[in-house]
Amino acid sequence: MEISERTKRRDFVFITTVCVFIVLLATSVRAAENKMITIKGSDTMVHLVTNWAEAFMKQKPDVEVAVTGGGSGTGIAALINGTTEICASSRDMKDKEKQQAREKGVEVKEVVVARDGIAVVVNPKNPIKEIDMQQLAQIFTGATTRWNQLNGGDEEILVFSRESSSGTYVFFQEHVLKNKDYTPKAKLMPATSAIIEAVSADKGAIGYVGLGYALAAGNKVKILAVKADANSPAIIPSDQTVIDGSYPVARPLYLYVSNKASQNAAAFVDFCLSDAGQTIVRESGYVSVKK
Amino acid sequence: MKRVWKEKLIEWLFRWTASLSILIVICIFVFILKEAAPFAKHPGLSQLFGSRWVPVSAQKESFGIIPLVTGSVLVTVLAMLLTIPFGVGSAVYISELSNPLEREILKPFIELLAGIPSVVIGFFGLVVLVPLVKSCFGLATGLTAFSGAILLALMAIPTVTSISEDALRSVPRSYKEASLALGASRMRTIWRVTVPAALPGIMAAVMLGTGRVIGETMAVMMVTGNAAIITFWPFDSVRTMTATIAAEMGEVAFGSDHYRALFCIGIILLLATFGLNIAAQKVLRKYRMS
Repeated sequence: MEISERTKRRDFVFITTVCVFIVLLATSVRAAENKMITIKGSDTMVHLVTNWAEAFMKQKPDVEVAVTGGGSGTGIAALINGTTEICASSRDMKDKEKQQAREKGVEVKEVVVARDGIAVVVNPKNPIKEIDMQQLAQIFTGATTRWNQLNGGDEEILVFSRESSSGTYVFFQEHVLKNKDYTPKAKLMPATSAIIEAVSADKGAIGYVGLGYALAAGNKVKILAVKADANSPAIIPSDQTVIDGSYPVARPLYLYVSNKASQNAAAFVDFCLSDAGQTIVRESGYVSVKK
Repeated sequence: MKRVWKEKLIEWLFRWTASLSILIVICIFVFILKEAAPFAKHPGLSQLFGSRWVPVSAQKESFGIIPLVTGSVLVTVLAMLLTIPFGVGSAVYISELSNPLEREILKPFIELLAGIPSVVIGFFGLVVLVPLVKSCFGLATGLTAFSGAILLALMAIPTVTSISEDALRSVPRSYKEASLALGASRMRTIWRVTVPAALPGIMAAVMLGTGRVIGETMAVMMVTGNAAIITFWPFDSVRTMTATIAAEMGEVAFGSDHYRALFCIGIILLLATFGLNIAAQKVLRKYRMS
């Protein structure tokens, strides 16, 4: 009798402890959630956003920033579905997507945080040095299929593109292909690095990547100079030509912030636009939005 | 009294954990059907039979899955053409010809091959195999269906080998002894008696291997080039159904036509692997091999 009485008491103490523990755990998780910013989106911007996040966390040690890639489309979908607070995107949100967000009760704020040029890259053994926008469109839509049609070598043109979840894919489609579809023969690569690898391996290859990546790849690929049309001068992509707008394949990079985002998320966006943030833009190989 | 109650409880618990997998399979089926069904209403199922897969387009989105199906079929058939001779051949060697020491070494290594994560195999393929295929066959690029098939064969061979080997071993000793006693050579016994007797098991092994090959994603996505064209030429790029789902699922807005179309592909994949598994089970059961 006495023993069972003691067991009961012990059980009671045990259960109470467990309950208190669970409640404590739950509250601490909640607290952590509030200080956690999630940023999802463009693969092109992952490098840049990670650098921002590191600098930001140094300023505010109690805040954690989680950065993931997956492509601009992925990030925008996550923003619409409410699984991320900030979306990094290398293309602007389409009206259809803004509509979808509104239907889910999410209002988004658009902030241009940097600029980027898209470099057209070919194999270093390819004799071609410059190309105009119309020729690019013809190559990527499949109208031009051999390099000798462009005074190049005798090889077949191998078209490399990003997957359709990439912001670069959509931007290139809108601005270079004039909204036409890519050739079905285009090989869709899961990552920018895979395009660099493929272009450096195959003599007939052509692809497009963010300028930062193209410059980092060094001698593995050759960056083409691009002419806005057949009669304009050929412009090599660089910080200068992207800022002054003479390089034709350039784009703004965005952060989209949900209206449900926390104070810290807003502070993060302000940090990106600050002088310190824009210095990081330059250091990461992109072009600052501030003069 | 108390002990009986405890045992009942444990039995009941284990029954539920065992049944859970059935429940999960049903849930997956229901969920995928539910997500795919609205596609029949809005763009219409006939859309799926188009020959172009252009899910993101400013002109007109088209969800023709024929290039994806032919891509998967091409890669699978090529992979099985490579897998069957190597897989069954090694099973015959391990079960009939090897000495015990060789078997001790071979078996674990073949099973180890089955345990390598597919993304690692894919990475190996991208860095080593793709340039090799390119230079061996004098191609413009090594990102082809053939490269994918080689990687898939690497993944399917262990499955086929180990199940075929079990089948070969379960052939009664008396069959072989009878054949040898009649004066047949060792090789003749293997090819005319042992292998035919184990054939149902070998067939089941091949079917299970095919199931694995159809469903494999990561390695294929990395080396096949992912161009959605209809082709039966091994040295073209292809886009498989699995790679399409993996590459595009992250991007789609929930509830869009594109999202539904991906679930339709999922249904086809599920039916294919389900059919193969059931066929394999049937064959095994019919010949009382399992």
